[in-house]
Amino acid sequence: MTKTTRIFSYLAAAFALLALAGSALAAPDLGQATKQATNWTAISMFAIFVLLTLFITKWAAKRTRSASDFYTAGGGITGFQNGLAIAGDFMSAASFLGISAAVFLDGFDGLIYAIGFLVGWPVLTFLMAERLRNLGRFTFADVAAYRFAQKPVRLFAASGTLVVVLFYLIAQMVGAGQLIKLLFGLDYWIAVVLVGILMMVYVLFGGMTATTWVQIIKAVMLLAGTTFMAFSVLSMFNFSPEALFAKAVEVHAKGDAIMGPGTFIKDPISGISFGMALMFGTAGLPHILMRFFTVPSAKEARKSVLWATTWIGYFYVLVFIIGFGAIVLVGTNPAFKDAAGKLLGGNNMAAVHLAKAVGGDIFLGFISAVAFATILAVVAGLTLSGASAVSHDLYATVIKKGQTAPGSELRVSKITTIALGIVAVLLGIVFQSVNVAFMVSLAFAIAASANFPVLFMSVLWKGCTTRGATVGGFLGLITAVGLTVVSKSVWVDVFHNKAAIFPYTSPALFSMTVGFLGVWLFSVTDKGPRAAIDKAGFEAQEVRSETGIGAAGATAH
Amino acid sequence: METKLEADLVQVVKNDPNYQKLVRTRSRYGWLLALAVMIVYYGFTALNAWDKAFMASKIGSGVMSWGVPLGLFVILFTVAVTAIYVRRANREFDALTDAIHKNAAAAAQPVAAEAHVTQPIKVRA
Repeated sequence: MTKTTRIFSYLAAAFALLALAGSALAAPDLGQATKQATNWTAISMFAIFVLLTLFITKWAAKRTRSASDFYTAGGGITGFQNGLAIAGDFMSAASFLGISAAVFLDGFDGLIYAIGFLVGWPVLTFLMAERLRNLGRFTFADVAAYRFAQKPVRLFAASGTLVVVLFYLIAQMVGAGQLIKLLFGLDYWIAVVLVGILMMVYVLFGGMTATTWVQIIKAVMLLAGTTFMAFSVLSMFNFSPEALFAKAVEVHAKGDAIMGPGTFIKDPISGISFGMALMFGTAGLPHILMRFFTVPSAKEARKSVLWATTWIGYFYVLVFIIGFGAIVLVGTNPAFKDAAGKLLGGNNMAAVHLAKAVGGDIFLGFISAVAFATILAVVAGLTLSGASAVSHDLYATVIKKGQTAPGSELRVSKITTIALGIVAVLLGIVFQSVNVAFMVSLAFAIAASANFPVLFMSVLWKGCTTRGATVGGFLGLITAVGLTVVSKSVWVDVFHNKAAIFPYTSPALFSMTVGFLGVWLFSVTDKGPRAAIDKAGFEAQEVRSETGIGAAGATAH
Repeated sequence: METKLEADLVQVVKNDPNYQKLVRTRSRYGWLLALAVMIVYYGFTALNAWDKAFMASKIGSGVMSWGVPLGLFVILFTVAVTAIYVRRANREFDALTDAIHKNAAAAAQPVAAEAHVTQPIKVRA
């Protein structure tokens, strides 16, 4: 037995034990959300998924030797595979359960929410995707710092990455804990620890190859499951959307109001600001940007975004149908409600209950397993991108100034993976009661205000300098976080002040402006010797970003 | 660290008419389509913020409101516009990029450079 094989058999055994311990401990109800009876179908289906992914990780571990294998799967993922993996990264449990719940509650408002998440993709395709692939190798900092002084810009890029990754991680961890308590009947902390351990295993042993395949499998499972649900719902109405909507209007407490915009967009400024966070945040999410370096060329990068956009768009149409299906089939069925008439397990469970309504217990188990697998895949991608920022940007470039011994960078990323795993578990337990959707939209707002302006200006504007990128980026980052703290979600709901200082839902309109203005102002006033070097470097950067001449290709295995 | 491009190779590529055509056409096309997406999306958002009554109004005699098909249109438009860009890029921009690569490779080897004079290529629009 080889060393890796032994490690994996231990892990499989440990996982089985944890699952057993979890179900044994599942009796007392400790959390604030109602816990369901232990669901053995769901647990077995999920166990099968985990065993499959561990097997893939073992296979991937054999192919993960160099830093390039670890960060980008050697750059050998095809456009189609990467498209599915991006979709897998992006269609989080918050999307699936959160948006279907929004449609279940408010109808049309849920569609507005879903569309926001989709519209960033074409903009990313037209303006960034190919250029990113041509300039970068492992992290988006490779692109942002291409012609600048490495230390300050990478310091900023790593900070931007870690802040976004941490907020996103907290959201996923809390989501996982709540979900598993509800779906599997396991305790919150067990769920969070399980997610933490599995994600560490995928990333540590299998790097980007394992992470990519976990995301692909999960994307296929999620798309298949939601297709079946939407098809079943529509077939009950002879494939007439009008009949489905008519029935939904008839049975919904809000009646006809579910067919038009409600309170989701409170005022025009909040609407535009939130829209900007979602649209431009997509182009600033480090774990998404990193996926562009896993394909061999700009052409494949472009293909992968088209596949991703297609799958994600299709998925949101399905989720809209699923939400309406839940109004009709779940909302009217007392079996899914408690004594007070509330949905069992909360509104986020609308899609899960619908799974039972259309496909019985086995399908319910399948969808529950898919929901957990979804979180696992997203969390693995986030961790990998956080670990790369620390090892590739902070350690190798800022601390060691590019003079790292072979293998030491990889060792640092593995240590960081473990550290991030532990931090994510702890934060997941500390922030148990945080609003998941809020954390996700905050991560998008920060990505749009800090990472996106720097990336955009450094690639497209000749006049951008080291000082402009660094100062502007940090200003955008601080403004986005600062405005969030003084907005209602934190200032009133967490700190219990009377009124919010910042009246709008999302800071993006203002913080993105600050980010862009900051990059511009601190660049045009920069007359130092470094500024001259920065501007002189634009020509060569432009030629490479447009043509890919000199860009790294796939490494041979 | 990766090596930066040689200064004279940069000039060779910049002087290649294919390169100038690629950069000009692709960036104009990219911005145009990006603008179209923004108009469609922020138009949709603005209607939801300012004219809620219109979005909720009925198309026919049934319950179907204007908002639902408009929302689905935004989704379809997003996917379609991405496909349109990728289609043109696969046909036209990739051909230009290949030509630029060939010319650059020829310039990098002075002996062969004679045979590969920098020539603009014809591309089906």
